[in-house]
Amino acid sequence: MARAVTTQRKTINTVAAWVIGLLIFFPILWTILTSFKTEAQAISDPPIFLFFDWTLENYSVVQERSDYMRFLWNSVILAGGSTLLGIIIAVPAAWSMAFVPSRRTKDILLWMLSTKMLPAVGVLYPIYLLFIQFGLLDTQLGLTLVLMLINLPIIVWMLYTYFKEIPGEILEASRMDGAGLREEILYVLTPMALPGIASTVLLNFILAWNEAFWTLNLTAAQAAPLTAFIASYSSPEGLFFAKLSAASTMAIAPILILGWFSQKQLVRGLTFGAVK
Amino acid sequence: MATQHSRSAARLMLAPAVILLLGWMLVPLTMTLFFSFKKYLPMRGDSMANGLDWVGFANYTRFVTSSSFWPSVQTTLVIVGGVLIITVVFGVLLAILLDQPMWGQGMVRIFVIAPFFVMPTVSALVWKNMFMDPVNGLLAHLWKFFGAAPVEWLSQASMPSLIMIVSWQWLPFATLILLTAIQSLDSEQLEAAEMDGAPALKRFWFIILPHLSRAITIVILIQTIFLLAIFAEIFVTTGGAFGTKTLSYLIFQRVLESQNVGLGSAGGVYAIILANIVALFLMRIVGKNLDA
Amino acid sequence: MGQITLNQVTKTFGDVNVIPPLDLEINDGEFVVFVGPSGCGKSTLLRLIAGLEDVTSGMIQIDGSDATTVPPAKRGLAMVFQSYALYPHMSVRKNIAFPLKMAKMDQAEIDRRVNNAASVLNLADYIDRRPGQLSGGQRQRVAIGRAIVREPAAFLFDEPLSNLDAALRVGMRLEISELHKRLDTTMIYVTHDQVEAMTMADKIVVLHGGVIEQVGSPLELYQSPRNTFVAGFIGSPKMNFIEGAEAQKYGAHTIGIRPEHIEVSDSVGPWQGVVGVAEHLGSDTFFHIHDSGLADPLTVRADGEVGFSHGDRIYMTPREDRIHKFDAQGMRIG
Repeated sequence: MARAVTTQRKTINTVAAWVIGLLIFFPILWTILTSFKTEAQAISDPPIFLFFDWTLENYSVVQERSDYMRFLWNSVILAGGSTLLGIIIAVPAAWSMAFVPSRRTKDILLWMLSTKMLPAVGVLYPIYLLFIQFGLLDTQLGLTLVLMLINLPIIVWMLYTYFKEIPGEILEASRMDGAGLREEILYVLTPMALPGIASTVLLNFILAWNEAFWTLNLTAAQAAPLTAFIASYSSPEGLFFAKLSAASTMAIAPILILGWFSQKQLVRGLTFGAVK
Repeated sequence: MATQHSRSAARLMLAPAVILLLGWMLVPLTMTLFFSFKKYLPMRGDSMANGLDWVGFANYTRFVTSSSFWPSVQTTLVIVGGVLIITVVFGVLLAILLDQPMWGQGMVRIFVIAPFFVMPTVSALVWKNMFMDPVNGLLAHLWKFFGAAPVEWLSQASMPSLIMIVSWQWLPFATLILLTAIQSLDSEQLEAAEMDGAPALKRFWFIILPHLSRAITIVILIQTIFLLAIFAEIFVTTGGAFGTKTLSYLIFQRVLESQNVGLGSAGGVYAIILANIVALFLMRIVGKNLDA
Repeated sequence: MGQITLNQVTKTFGDVNVIPPLDLEINDGEFVVFVGPSGCGKSTLLRLIAGLEDVTSGMIQIDGSDATTVPPAKRGLAMVFQSYALYPHMSVRKNIAFPLKMAKMDQAEIDRRVNNAASVLNLADYIDRRPGQLSGGQRQRVAIGRAIVREPAAFLFDEPLSNLDAALRVGMRLEISELHKRLDTTMIYVTHDQVEAMTMADKIVVLHGGVIEQVGSPLELYQSPRNTFVAGFIGSPKMNFIEGAEAQKYGAHTIGIRPEHIEVSDSVGPWQGVVGVAEHLGSDTFFHIHDSGLADPLTVRADGEVGFSHGDRIYMTPREDRIHKFDAQGMRIG
């Protein structure tokens, strides 16, 4: 039994935590608020927090001027496609390492991890050359492949740790019941691991959505996702705080919502099961 | 334990992932290694088709003797070190605070974690413009409110600003992992220490901190790997100016901006070696955990 | 049909030889129990028959045809696992129907068989629940249901009762025995509990270190154990083993006498000792006797109302026709 805590102490904790929490969250909050201001109010001195004329104008301007939807669509395709592809490749791999381990399984797992640590900048030019060679530069396909490859180790690892928690006897039971490998994975393993697979999908969608090295260097106009779209605001013209805020809000809102669902899995996924 | 049949099936199903990652690792790595020994300036007409001149280790020596090398190493170390110190110290404190009983814990957690989900380009631009802009930024207003002259953050205090931005992004990560680790601490241990007469500070120093040491190590190693490679934050804030050129950014400039592929590749090899040293330590810890 | 023959079967894991060459014949309709202490290779043997492990060498025949390399799904055997291994995401109905679905049976036949199994096993009330909502005994019944609907050539049970509490275990033991009588199908049952082996088996296979120590009916094993291991393993409380001068009187290195084959008295008997602990079970009393000079303690089973207590001197008479004689290697003599 936990000890009863005095109300006074709980109050102090609460106040301190809320103040710090809000301070950390403030830049996001400020961005969201600014997105509803006019450009003039966005830079007014002194700053206005809540009592301004709320407007949705910035959102429509952002869409009109830069075809925001196309970038959004690219982000969805790249993040969704790379995650889906990664899952399809990783589920069989994780199955075999979790349920038919060999002496080399541990080495393979660690080696896979090590590929994740390869500094991107070290292989930038080769990838760039290969992309030109195969006509993949600034294409959704090319970037989907790269994002899939950089996240594949994390996907395999997360699935592996989830699969390890499923008792092998149940898979053996399905074999005794006449299920082939395909049925075993499709009807028994996948439904049982569904929560784990869902968290893996979620986290990797977030990581792919936010990836900002390859997406900036391997795209131009056609396949650029939101990361590149936002980066185009780094050389501003005129007043743009409100528009930048609107664009930013749209770029991060879906991920913030998804991210809140995946807090717990985040730890497991990003520490490769070393902290649970 | 399994049958021959399932073992061969397992190999077959593991193959796609292994082959893909092997290709993803070996092909570009070999090319980088190859270029690093060549004179390769695409703007001056060098190309693979015409054949590249072998220059031995010239690129390697030129890379480390160039005037921008040591400053970039220093910048890298300062950024990585600064962010690590800030995120670990504040991460531990925040994790302990969030572990205390309070009202609305879930909500506070969400607030604290949120920055991690903000894409790097967004957070860099929001900080650069809406907070650090010397005229209209919120910090400028704050400085003026207290009668101080606004600071031109990204040029006059470029490194602290950059460290600040990157720390804001990574503090949630450190906090979340450390909080998870703290929650696994057996509360009876703390109660026993309290019975033994240890005051709060000693309990922190002798029980909580040692318990967290593994998690802290993991946070440091993982963050180091990601921080060595930070790119977007520099790309959209300073573009590498004002002494914010890290080793990664220097390599990026050599390769794509000045199109000296040979030189950049030599730098890339250095970066790969550096990252592998850190990775080796991380692997050890993760590997040990795998046995348990 | 369910005749299973193991011919010179071996199994090694890496360098560890778990099963040295082993022959075994299991007849159609037999209830065979593999019994032995943990690590004796009984579960491995069952998994070899199931096809969940490959044999290292040797041959397994099912109904006369070579099944050594046939995958588990194709051997026509059904297995009930220790953890029950129910599919947690499926209802009881779907769990039981799963093997039939895998066999691509038509839906009407599946429904008929599932309903039949459910009524036989008293599962009708839970048919739409998930395994997580069932008690241990109910889960066990679902696992059995999943096995019987396939009408397999043989059933394999891997310590199926070890996760149940004692009272439930006795009930399920009876149910499985009754099931066997009704279906008349071969059953192979693995357990470490000799009581289960004695009460359920037509034929017991006693395993020790991967080696078959003895095969026989429960009474054969009880009456004429082939060696000291079987003698000590079968029967509860354990047989008393006596070495030295007393054994030499019978021309043996070791003699064994079961606790229930010693009569006690307060005055007469060739053996005597002091009562240490007296366990009164009501129907029986177990005396653990010290200072007999024979075995320490010497265990004796007497009638429930025999009233010796701690510290009392007790006299004992062994039933001569029930003394088992063993040589220096522990093998039975005569």
